[in-house]
Amino acid sequence: MADRHPLFKPLIFVGGLIFGFGLGFSHMARPEVVLNFLQFDDLGLPFVMFGAAIVSGVAFALLPRIRDAAPLTGNPYERRLKPFDRNVLVGGAVFGVGWGLSGICPGAAYASLGTGNVTILWALAGMFLGAYVQGYWRSRAAGSEPVPSGAD
Amino acid sequence: MVTDPVPLQLAADLFPNGISRYAVGGLLVGLGTVVIYLGTGIPAGASTFLESTLSYVSGQSRFQQYVASRDWRLVFTAGIILGGLAFAATVQSGVVTSSLYEPGTTGQLYEVAGVTLWTTDVQPWRLFLGGILVGIGTRVGKGCTSGHGVCGVGSASKTSLVGVLTFLTVAIGTAQVVSALGVSP
Repeated sequence: MADRHPLFKPLIFVGGLIFGFGLGFSHMARPEVVLNFLQFDDLGLPFVMFGAAIVSGVAFALLPRIRDAAPLTGNPYERRLKPFDRNVLVGGAVFGVGWGLSGICPGAAYASLGTGNVTILWALAGMFLGAYVQGYWRSRAAGSEPVPSGAD
Repeated sequence: MVTDPVPLQLAADLFPNGISRYAVGGLLVGLGTVVIYLGTGIPAGASTFLESTLSYVSGQSRFQQYVASRDWRLVFTAGIILGGLAFAATVQSGVVTSSLYEPGTTGQLYEVAGVTLWTTDVQPWRLFLGGILVGIGTRVGKGCTSGHGVCGVGSASKTSLVGVLTFLTVAIGTAQVVSALGVSP
């Protein structure tokens, strides 16, 4: 990805716009609606997550058969696969407690700010603080840890 | 028009806001992911923005590994925020109406320069404390609701399926406990 196509960032931006608009339209940018799902008051949320996963899944399955590499980067079309280890469970559980307490997750929090939710800045501040704390710990422990990789 | 596959009474109980706004929103979220993947081959998740942005201000090795991607992640996040604003300026403001969109009654609406904006009633301490745990958890667990939940599940990744199942189960348990303790909103 050394020399990027001039359309690389514009395309990322357009993708982000559609992504954020979808989070607004689906009300996932509203913490209350996420909490209503987790409390079984409104079971709509899986339609968002699996609806999105089906659309991306079709593209992830078809594109590698049509082309070898992406036009703007030359990156091969690969599935998003990450190695499984205990961190997936530990991190998933910590994320689950945070999500269940607040009703917010990263993408939805950014979109929420766009819908006018200034109170969400508390959550964004918390997320940066949490990400910093784990980065500080793990940088200290980096010697005993394999180097993670991947685009996400 | 989307028709409900379940009897109406049951649907009214379980889906008080219908399912179309959720399904349409989800398809758009997926479409945004596909647009990026189509052009770049990148299955984008939203949470790495946190670590990559921290690399601007911190020299920790954990953040420095994201230096190569931090600029486009800023662009992606700016797009998400402005996508939310575009939604607010159109559908939330009532400029664009659709039978597929159910407005809902949560939070507070307010107006700035003719645009209907929205803010949450969920208490700041919940957002802040939850945010800290989300910040730690998504980074330790290698992904969030978009990275694991959309791109990972879309890739039929076993790691992501386990990740989603873990955070979904724990989040349901947490929300039930918090609600039972009388914390609202």
